[in-house]
Amino acid sequence: MIDSLYLAWKYLSFNKVKTVTLIACITLISFLPGALQLLLNESERQLMSRAVSTPLVVGAKGSALDLVMNSLYFDDEVPELISMSATDQVMDTDLALPIPLYVRFHVRNYPIVGTTLDYFEFRKLKIAHGRQIAVLGDCVVGAAAAKALNVEPGDSLVSSPQTLFDLAGIYPLKMKVTGILQKSHSPDDLGIFVDLKTAWVIQGLGHGHQDVTKISDQTLILKKTDENVAASAKLFHFQEITEKNIGTFHFHGDLSVYPVTAVIAVPYDPKSGTILQGRYLSKEAGEQIIKPRTVIDGLLENIFRIKNVLDAVISVVALATVMAIVLVFALSLRLRQREIETIFKLGCSRATIARLITAEILIIVIASAILNVLLMIPLHLYTNDLVRLLVIQ
Amino acid sequence: MSSNALKRIGFYLASFALLLLFFVPPVTAADSQLSVYVVNYPLKYFAERVGGEHVKVTFPVPGDEDPAYWTPNIATIGAYQQADLILLNGAGYAKWVDKVSLPRSKTVDTSRKFRNRLITVKETTTHSHGAAGQHAHENLAFTTWIDFSLATAQARAVAAAFTRKRPRFKADFEAGYGRLAQDLADLDRHIEKTVAGHQATPLIVSHPVYDYLVQRYGLNARSVHWEPDQRPMPGQIIELEKMLADHPAKWMVWEGKPLPAAVQLLVDLGVGSVVFDPCGNVPEGGDFLEIMQQNGANLKQIFE
Repeated sequence: MIDSLYLAWKYLSFNKVKTVTLIACITLISFLPGALQLLLNESERQLMSRAVSTPLVVGAKGSALDLVMNSLYFDDEVPELISMSATDQVMDTDLALPIPLYVRFHVRNYPIVGTTLDYFEFRKLKIAHGRQIAVLGDCVVGAAAAKALNVEPGDSLVSSPQTLFDLAGIYPLKMKVTGILQKSHSPDDLGIFVDLKTAWVIQGLGHGHQDVTKISDQTLILKKTDENVAASAKLFHFQEITEKNIGTFHFHGDLSVYPVTAVIAVPYDPKSGTILQGRYLSKEAGEQIIKPRTVIDGLLENIFRIKNVLDAVISVVALATVMAIVLVFALSLRLRQREIETIFKLGCSRATIARLITAEILIIVIASAILNVLLMIPLHLYTNDLVRLLVIQ
Repeated sequence: MSSNALKRIGFYLASFALLLLFFVPPVTAADSQLSVYVVNYPLKYFAERVGGEHVKVTFPVPGDEDPAYWTPNIATIGAYQQADLILLNGAGYAKWVDKVSLPRSKTVDTSRKFRNRLITVKETTTHSHGAAGQHAHENLAFTTWIDFSLATAQARAVAAAFTRKRPRFKADFEAGYGRLAQDLADLDRHIEKTVAGHQATPLIVSHPVYDYLVQRYGLNARSVHWEPDQRPMPGQIIELEKMLADHPAKWMVWEGKPLPAAVQLLVDLGVGSVVFDPCGNVPEGGDFLEIMQQNGANLKQIFE
């Protein structure tokens, strides 16, 4: 057999183009369905595990998919905003624990997730290094984001402006990294978590500045009467919250009208969950309540429908390729007719000739298998990111 | 069944019971005690009266600080975050609460149920900058507990929060709340009786912390901003004289015992001094109830 393999190897080495083409065809045909299945399995795992662990989401009426993708996977598409009073409404029902989310701002490409401490307990997120957020301006960073941004507790992160040319808009806020989260193999690994109030400061709804009634620099004052002091645009707003200036930070108006993107509602028991859903059924309700599992089920159904089509296409292509390979071998045998006759005349049996051809096929199949494995390794390593890139985002 | 078989069954049952005793940890008082953090002394008092032995109440504000304006350090914020329950006064009391992260699931705003009864106090000077336009920093009056009907509602919120966390002690919490509500109702009746028919009597209060007392009992009071441990400045005296011209008060109500010099100055203006201690922090002597009873007795001087 070794002799047959040697001769087959020599033959294939001599016909490089034909060999490479055959190996490429077989590799691709075997790799594609496997890779597709792997990506789909991972996307199903990521989407479903998150959706199953999130019982209910309250948000603005509109696209349920946008709401779920933003609330669960921190997708860039921001759903219509609702007010903080939606959180209070859930709290007042005594049926569920509300966890508000404000996912709108970024540090480079990483989402800033404004929420409350209950979120960490709900998602079972633990601090690996450093400490939990404590005061305005603190943030804890997901494991993958911390690695990518190269930050550790004690470092700072600056929120990105929403638009490049928004020079007069929201000031970037320099946030203090107080902790790094343990890896959770979920979208939380990519998040930068701040208190909801810090997210409002990033938006400019809360701010810190000098006391306008006490400033001595008259160039900061546009107009001063007994009742009102109008400050000029020169009035310095703090862009970092420190121990010294935290006292000057304040919010204007009623916090219950401040914006959030969604509220995760965690019912105290299944019956409470059902009652809570019933409260949002009326047409007058300004918000909708959705079960992320139902939304993701619908999404996956579509994905699997597409997968079935792709499977069918791949099957037809595979069949065509196999037929082409058979044809290549058949033509190759015809072309090699004289060569085979010479071997036969040299005293080789028909079985030896069959062994030679089998060895050639074996080498091609083994080479394809090795290549397949080599392609699968990076795919396995980056499935998580690929799914986020191709499916979730 | 033979007696031997019965003995054997008895032996196995006894062994099983012993095993259970060995493996199941006993429920101790410390295990079941709720760790409760509060932001002022009245809530500490209410929590202890309602929770009794089932709660361990921590009020970390130093005795010489005003809990409304005190700021905790990071370690203390961490302790608040780790508590089973955090009792807030609400109404903007304890300014630090707005600037820290506390778990909502453990936080109870004891004045939330009566938020429509909270009193808004507006800063006299408005200011404007940026897109927010002209605005003043509106604040809520926060000394809610000196209206004893509101104090009772706050105690009710405390009892409800305890029951939600430890339903098995509901009867004890209800009993504790019942006794406290009775004491608060007695105080309320006492003050109501004291001021009855004299609501029009003009009063000066040394600090703008009596809004709820004034509202509850319909008092005719105006506020200055004098500190009991500081001698009033000439400007403050002029302001008071102006106020007295159209509000001829004979008494000033102080948060704490005023300096003799301040008392004498007021005497010269024909104004007496009485103390009504809001008791935001732990008193040097007595407890919340005793201080409030003393406050009630002090008010009698004005209205008798």
